[in-house]
Amino acid sequence: MARINSSAELEEFRKDILSERDPNKPCISICAGAGCIASGASEVIAAFNAEIEKQGLKADVNTKGTGCPGFCERGPVVVIYPEEICYLQVKPEDVPEIVSQTIKEKKVVERLLYVDPNTGEKATRESDIPFYKNQERVIIGSNIKIDPKSIDDYLAIGGYSALDKALFQMTPAQVLEEVKKSNLRGRGGAGFPTGSKWEGSRNAPDEIKYVIVNADEGDPGAFMDRAVLEGNPHSVLEGLIIGAYAVGACEGYIYVRQEYPLAVENVNLAIKQAEEYGFLGKNILGSGFDFKVKVHQGAGAFVCGESTALMTALEGRAGEPRPKYIRSNIKGLWNRPSVLNNVETWANVPLIINKGADWFTQLGTESSKGTKIFSLVGKINNTGLVEVPMGMTLRDIIYKIGGGIPGGKKFKAVQTGGPSGGCIPEELLDLEVGFDELTRAGSMMGSGGMIVMDEDTCMVDVARYFLEFLTDESCGKCVPCREGIRQMLRILTNITKGKGKEGDIELLEELAETAKEAALCALGKSAPNPFLSTLKYFRDEYEAHIKEKRCPALSCKELIAFYIDPEKCRGCTTCSRKCPSEAIVGGKGLIHVIDQEKCTKCGTCFEVCPPRFRAVKKISGEPVPDPIPEEARTIVRGSKENE
Amino acid sequence: MDKDKVDQVDRHECECACHGIAEGLIDRVDQIIDKHECEASSLIQVLLEIQSENHWLPKEALERVAERLQVPLTRIQHIATFYKAFSLVPKGRHGIHVCMGTACHVRGAQRVLDAVQDLTGIKPGETDLDLKFSLETVNCLGCCALGPVVEIDGKTHGKMAPAMVADVLKNYD
Repeated sequence: MARINSSAELEEFRKDILSERDPNKPCISICAGAGCIASGASEVIAAFNAEIEKQGLKADVNTKGTGCPGFCERGPVVVIYPEEICYLQVKPEDVPEIVSQTIKEKKVVERLLYVDPNTGEKATRESDIPFYKNQERVIIGSNIKIDPKSIDDYLAIGGYSALDKALFQMTPAQVLEEVKKSNLRGRGGAGFPTGSKWEGSRNAPDEIKYVIVNADEGDPGAFMDRAVLEGNPHSVLEGLIIGAYAVGACEGYIYVRQEYPLAVENVNLAIKQAEEYGFLGKNILGSGFDFKVKVHQGAGAFVCGESTALMTALEGRAGEPRPKYIRSNIKGLWNRPSVLNNVETWANVPLIINKGADWFTQLGTESSKGTKIFSLVGKINNTGLVEVPMGMTLRDIIYKIGGGIPGGKKFKAVQTGGPSGGCIPEELLDLEVGFDELTRAGSMMGSGGMIVMDEDTCMVDVARYFLEFLTDESCGKCVPCREGIRQMLRILTNITKGKGKEGDIELLEELAETAKEAALCALGKSAPNPFLSTLKYFRDEYEAHIKEKRCPALSCKELIAFYIDPEKCRGCTTCSRKCPSEAIVGGKGLIHVIDQEKCTKCGTCFEVCPPRFRAVKKISGEPVPDPIPEEARTIVRGSKENE
Repeated sequence: MDKDKVDQVDRHECECACHGIAEGLIDRVDQIIDKHECEASSLIQVLLEIQSENHWLPKEALERVAERLQVPLTRIQHIATFYKAFSLVPKGRHGIHVCMGTACHVRGAQRVLDAVQDLTGIKPGETDLDLKFSLETVNCLGCCALGPVVEIDGKTHGKMAPAMVADVLKNYD
């Protein structure tokens, strides 16, 4: 492939790609994102290739493994173009039927369509499914249309036209002005205005400047950056090149965690392709602008998502944060001005340049513009990635898109913002999602993790969980974080073990205050958030643990016991057979009894007890009733109507 | 001039300690370093590549890296212990990763981890004496729809429950 040397050549080349593609030729897109691969997408892709070969359709149909379209709950997801028929939970056995019915006969395989659990209605097209219908998928929507390993696919959907526009129709100052006007705020956590960050670097006197992609997505339960980087790496690259042009950088880095091998592979390939085509390197598209990009793999440290720690790691050292007396956009990597933005922020840039700041500001709220991708996970029916305009209410996201809480359970809280964020209770469900709105509620936007919790989730345990995570990830450089969080964790662990005492809450508050004020970086400063927000909204749960030694959610192992209700047990022996510690005494037709000494509280009996009996009970804060005497354990058949 | 002495001592120790096993390894380390053009800023990338090929970082390899990149061994040790991807001890044949991400946590990952610990007899970060299993916890594998998730040798086992652990583990030897 020869380099593209001008704007005209790019358009010519794009036309060539499009003219070779027949929009009516069937194309089978199969999600090859991590979620679907885990559900067996690789086998489905192999089955499609084999079946198409077998039926002699190789020349008539295309197949592609694409990036993640977001509906992980129903993976593997298969979309068939041009009709846009969407099949869910496809198994290799379904493949011959899909090929002979849908591809050959143009008929829909009804049983693989989405069925609305409320109305029973079927949705044929992807855009008819309620999960997708209520979203605004400007960034992640392209994922299912392109093979992330093909730059031609990206060009076919208009890729690199924003770069072309920026280089040939705009000056760097105009690009910067457009981004500033769009009010784009950083998608990585703090929500700092992107335009101002760029401007600071642009105006810094240093000749050498850097632009960096922060793809060290470490929040547990958040994977949108990976989906973008894996599924559409060129969009991030294009944004980065435009940013480099605006601030005057000639070198860029992509810091991506090694835990995301597919993202590393795809982004490396994307860089290679972009270099071959002339979107990277010397004299990009003949414009005279030079820019090169290097990939740096993170080696597994959560703190490296913090800007100064990330830059220290890029320099080849242990990623410990530095004090920010001078912002890193003035003195960052190797003490040069460095613009660091999150993956999603960079992916927004080409859209803003192409469609204009006015288009972008139409979406969202007063202070938060555009869309945001959230990973909606936990106790939710439709787990997956959702992209919504800022300002949508939490209720709409959880119920309209997420389909509510499974198993008829009651919603308790939604945790946003990762370990630095907080829990939002039911009474605030009508909160509009935006940077400032979430901060006011005691949480934060963070990178966009949204973990839904139901009545079975213990909020003290959630706070303990996040502090455990942060204790582990604290780099140890400053005392308030290294020691303070550790002590908070100890107290919280004691509370969940029933060893809490009066005054613990006050002591925790004092430690939280100190860490907030005195820690060096955002990790330590925000570490008390999970505790503070759960205390604010669920103080009663803390008090129940401390005063009554009771876990209201029946979740903390040390505070609960399992007990078989003799009235309900029908002696089916399921629980005693499944119990891994042989702690259940019983036999066919006998009422079963749990030996509390042997019980490890793994909960297996509770899960396997047939729903029509529901004999296993969890209790907390009360003594376990004495086992019924052995002679009374025989179940008299026919004495119960429900038998 | 002091540095030269240190180098000699290191090399001497190296010859004693790594006899035989390290021959091929050191050649490979050299190739990796050459690929990164001997740049000290590539230190983490070099270590990552050695880790991914060899599954752990033997002392001789670290010493070679220190020598070639002109980086003090203490700094390499700082890095090798700071980042989670590196291991300074050999790993088992099968790597068990129990996801402790938030989504898996609220769906009961702790009970799954307890079951894995009971059955393997090792705690997170440990390897059993037969070098059969190494157990690690990870924070989010990104397949939250399938939580709780356990990944063994790259294969994902979704919707795990404590009672299923034994059935899954018996497929590995």
